[in-house]
Amino acid sequence: MTLNYDSALAIYEPTLGLEVHVELNTKSKMFCGCATEFGAQPNTQTCPVCLGLPGSLPVVNKRAIESSILIGLALNCSIAPFSRFARKNYFYPDMPKNFQTSQYDEPICVNGFLDVDVETDEGNKTFRVEIERVHMEEDTGKSLHVGGATGRIHGADHSLLDYNRAGIPLVEIVTKIVPNTGKYAPLVARAYVATLRDILRSLKVSDVKMEQGSLRCDVNLSLSKIGSGKLGTRSETKNVNSLRSVERAVAGEIIRHANRLESGEKIVQETRHFLEESGETRPGRSKEQAEDYRYFPEPDLVPVVPDAKWIEELRTLLPEKPADRRKRLQTAWAVPDKEMNAMVNAELLDTVEQTVLLGADPTKARSWWLGEISRIANDKAVSPTDLMSVNDVAQIIELISKGELTDKLARQVVEGVIAKEGSPSEVIAKRGLKVVSDDSQLMKAIEEAIAAAPETAEKVRGGNIPAAGALIGAVMKLTGGQADAAKVRELLLKHLGQ
Amino acid sequence: MAAISRDEVANLARLARISMSDAELDHLAGEMDVILGAVARVQEVAGADVPPTSHPLAVNNVTREDVVTPSLTPEQALSGAPASSEQRFKVPQILGEE
Repeated sequence: MTLNYDSALAIYEPTLGLEVHVELNTKSKMFCGCATEFGAQPNTQTCPVCLGLPGSLPVVNKRAIESSILIGLALNCSIAPFSRFARKNYFYPDMPKNFQTSQYDEPICVNGFLDVDVETDEGNKTFRVEIERVHMEEDTGKSLHVGGATGRIHGADHSLLDYNRAGIPLVEIVTKIVPNTGKYAPLVARAYVATLRDILRSLKVSDVKMEQGSLRCDVNLSLSKIGSGKLGTRSETKNVNSLRSVERAVAGEIIRHANRLESGEKIVQETRHFLEESGETRPGRSKEQAEDYRYFPEPDLVPVVPDAKWIEELRTLLPEKPADRRKRLQTAWAVPDKEMNAMVNAELLDTVEQTVLLGADPTKARSWWLGEISRIANDKAVSPTDLMSVNDVAQIIELISKGELTDKLARQVVEGVIAKEGSPSEVIAKRGLKVVSDDSQLMKAIEEAIAAAPETAEKVRGGNIPAAGALIGAVMKLTGGQADAAKVRELLLKHLGQ
Repeated sequence: MAAISRDEVANLARLARISMSDAELDHLAGEMDVILGAVARVQEVAGADVPPTSHPLAVNNVTREDVVTPSLTPEQALSGAPASSEQRFKVPQILGEE
């Protein structure tokens, strides 16, 4: 018999553990001055330190330490009064030094927590995810496996290495085990990564782009029989690279573990790889042999000993918590939950806020960014903020509120700005997009419309007001959509004695 | 009792990707045992008032500002590589691990 998600959870309780790697957005690398630009030509951002050449000596990037402490503070951690780097030794060409400089038993931050909200059957519920540690390390180089069928390592006849990424500051955030999430385990995992991403973004310490790998998540999962109180063997699914994938990986592993256990098989403690297409995982390397990293204190780096003054200075830099800010803005703008979620999910909250700060009405700002501009951005597969600036949008909204643009004209202005015809005022001038407010000009169009449809005009004269719609439409057409429809209606009805 | 067994030396050799013959393992196991024995004696001498140290200097918080400095050119970076291709370091087939 095969267990599905629900039947698996009728028998087993899942336990989660999440490891998140965040690339910091420092200008230079962790231990050397090489640049950290994403997408640079291969091996253009390397030096003797990050290439591990003999005799080179690392020096720690101060901003990377400060970013790490900020992350720890935001996650309610204690900042270690004494912290050291360690060498994690392994032979693999992604690190030219044959070790990764990391932290082992003396990480910079320990014992924090993060509360995450999950929508459950009983409404929103808060789960507390406890943080074990936050430690500093460096990213590895990028490998390209050549000769195999699928770019995978198996079947490849050689590999090519680009060390631009080797040595970029990386922070690893490790949770304690997260028990008692039951069927909400996939949602808790997703909400944790989403909440963490929001916090990191608000701290401005990382780009947190999962699709570019600046935020990566490893999902640990084990099952225990309900009521047994005994933790099962875990699997670790590596590099799950979107929020949706985090959720799918947890759900998929629950089903896989449960079916193995039910058929009497053992769970192997191993690293697995998430397959984006199927939502399943396939085995990677087995942990039994790989775990022996022979960590030892890094002799080329001195300890990091942050004093209370430094920590308190950093604490003053902590921004408002994203969840608090959201609540504040939602109240101030009187936005319903659904629209608020849409704005957050579209990652447009900052943009809308900036537009509002320039004087735009919050409802208008939201509807332009999430409506017309998002629609065009979707078609072009870019983000809305790539198309329009906050200033442009605020200006267009102002012109609408002054009655100088109708919504219809404003859409043409947006189209023109996106087509790089210039600023909103330039587009308005070039395309001649002014609201026709001159009564005599409007009257001319009204008379023309009546002359073209005398029978309809007669109906309106006779008291059939809805018939005026067709005439108003004709006037709008004659004025190229540049008239204010309400004004046209008023003038037309008056002209026809209504 | 020996501080390090022959099996442990064999495991270290495997982790370090060094191929060793049985004779070499026998020889090294004995030699490393002597070295570790000597280190153990130093540990006995260190009293409770001597903290363990990984660095000879009592210096903390040596950092650099987050400033970009020039990198090597790709040609310079690759000049010491046994093989390169497409401006990347070329390494032999990586087996078994992923």
